[in-house]
Amino acid sequence: MAEESDDRKPVLSKKIDKFFTGLADAWNFVRRFWKEVFLPPYEFKEVIHQCYRIGVESLPLISLTGFIVGIVFTNQSRPSLSEFGATSWLPSLISIAVVRAMGPLVTALIAAGKVGSSIGAEIGSMKVTEQIDAMEVSATNPFKFLVVSRVLATTFMIPILVLYTDFVALIGSFLNVNSNELVSLSTFFFQVFESISFLDIWSSVLKSLLFGFTIGIVGCYKGYNSSKGTEGVGRAANSAVVISMFLIFIEELLVLQIVNAIRTF
Amino acid sequence: MAEKVVEIKNLYKSFGDLHVLKGVDLDLFREENLVILGRSGTGKSVLIKIMVGLLKQDRGQMQVLGKEVSKLPTRELNELRLKIGFSFQNSALYDSMTVRENMEFPLVRNIKNLTRKEINHRIEDLLDAVGLPQTINQMPSELSGGQKKRIGVARTLVLNPEIMLYDEPTAGLDPITCVDINNLINEVRERYKTTSIVITHDLTCAKMTGDRMAVLLDGQFSSIGTFEEVFPHAEDQRVKSFYDYNFIES
Repeated sequence: MAEESDDRKPVLSKKIDKFFTGLADAWNFVRRFWKEVFLPPYEFKEVIHQCYRIGVESLPLISLTGFIVGIVFTNQSRPSLSEFGATSWLPSLISIAVVRAMGPLVTALIAAGKVGSSIGAEIGSMKVTEQIDAMEVSATNPFKFLVVSRVLATTFMIPILVLYTDFVALIGSFLNVNSNELVSLSTFFFQVFESISFLDIWSSVLKSLLFGFTIGIVGCYKGYNSSKGTEGVGRAANSAVVISMFLIFIEELLVLQIVNAIRTF
Repeated sequence: MAEKVVEIKNLYKSFGDLHVLKGVDLDLFREENLVILGRSGTGKSVLIKIMVGLLKQDRGQMQVLGKEVSKLPTRELNELRLKIGFSFQNSALYDSMTVRENMEFPLVRNIKNLTRKEINHRIEDLLDAVGLPQTINQMPSELSGGQKKRIGVARTLVLNPEIMLYDEPTAGLDPITCVDINNLINEVRERYKTTSIVITHDLTCAKMTGDRMAVLLDGQFSSIGTFEEVFPHAEDQRVKSFYDYNFIES
């Protein structure tokens, strides 16, 4: 027994060491981002290029997902509301659910999968093929060019994508409501805007900024610190998605508590 | 006596318990081609990475163009880096950029006020020099290993460096392409008057490109001299075996 515990102790302590070293590394990475983001030279061109890649290239997937979420959620909610004869509340219910939670969450999770993994894999492969070193020896700051530009792009683009997802989901919901309850477009959107408040939209946008920052910084951190060749690149892409998704749910929970506190205040 | 371009004194570098460089001393003179030979993992690449500030030594001196690299602030280090061209083992071309964009990247970031015409002229001139003008709009994934190496060299030459560092320039290439790359290294020296360090374990490459050889064994240079001085009659068994493996017929 004593032998067993001796054997296990170093492994456990190594894992604890690794966890805390990883946390410290990640913290330093975030600190470096905030330091570099305000220092010249500014990579405007690269930020715009990344915004285009992240925003425009995600549109087809986001559009399809948002539209389907709107239709499915409306369809699934109808039976419960019709039990109370309250199907006329569908637009209100859907708008609150989409704007407050589903729009930001669905967009962020899709972006974590699509954008986060691509950032992790791209920077990871640049790292293992010495492209980052090549950038550094040509007197370019690779952190600024690769990391700052991508994190800014995800931070700016995710809120825009969230607003777009909200809109597409509401259109999907409208088509469903229209075909079943014969509600007109103006009535539907009147009810939608009646139900959501300014705080709902602002909290959704602020939450999306946080999600965007998380997706960008986690993808970049994982890629920038990848090693062990192609295996490391795959691992970087995978863990970028898993950690981003995990953090997005935690952030959602925290923001929800804060917004609820503001609402009651 | 020729001017010293690089001066290394008593340089040490370890990675954890692995002691890679153990008191390395070396001088590099202007316009010479120095070849550093050694088995894999002996610290050859580490040495040139310290030279450009990608790694830091644990102790000792690394003076490049009269400046101690480890003590330079970022701005001065970047100024020094512009005078050093680093050709990476895997070429390290930016995957997402065309050959033209790869070559423009260091140019437009470091030399301001260049017109489009000047940029194009410079890029086309260098692609001509490495014999690959037709690849200008190709992506790195469309190039062969030898072409990538040549473009990598052209990209480092775009800033007119004084020193060229070649990390395993012939690794993974067929013998004919190896000879082409060796000739290119010599042409670069003649045409652009560069001082070069070539890291390799390919003795044919060493013989073709080097004025002097330095053999790195157990963290130190065991022999430094011309090819004839170092190899055919080496007394050190480790150097001799290195030679025998490369030229079995001798």
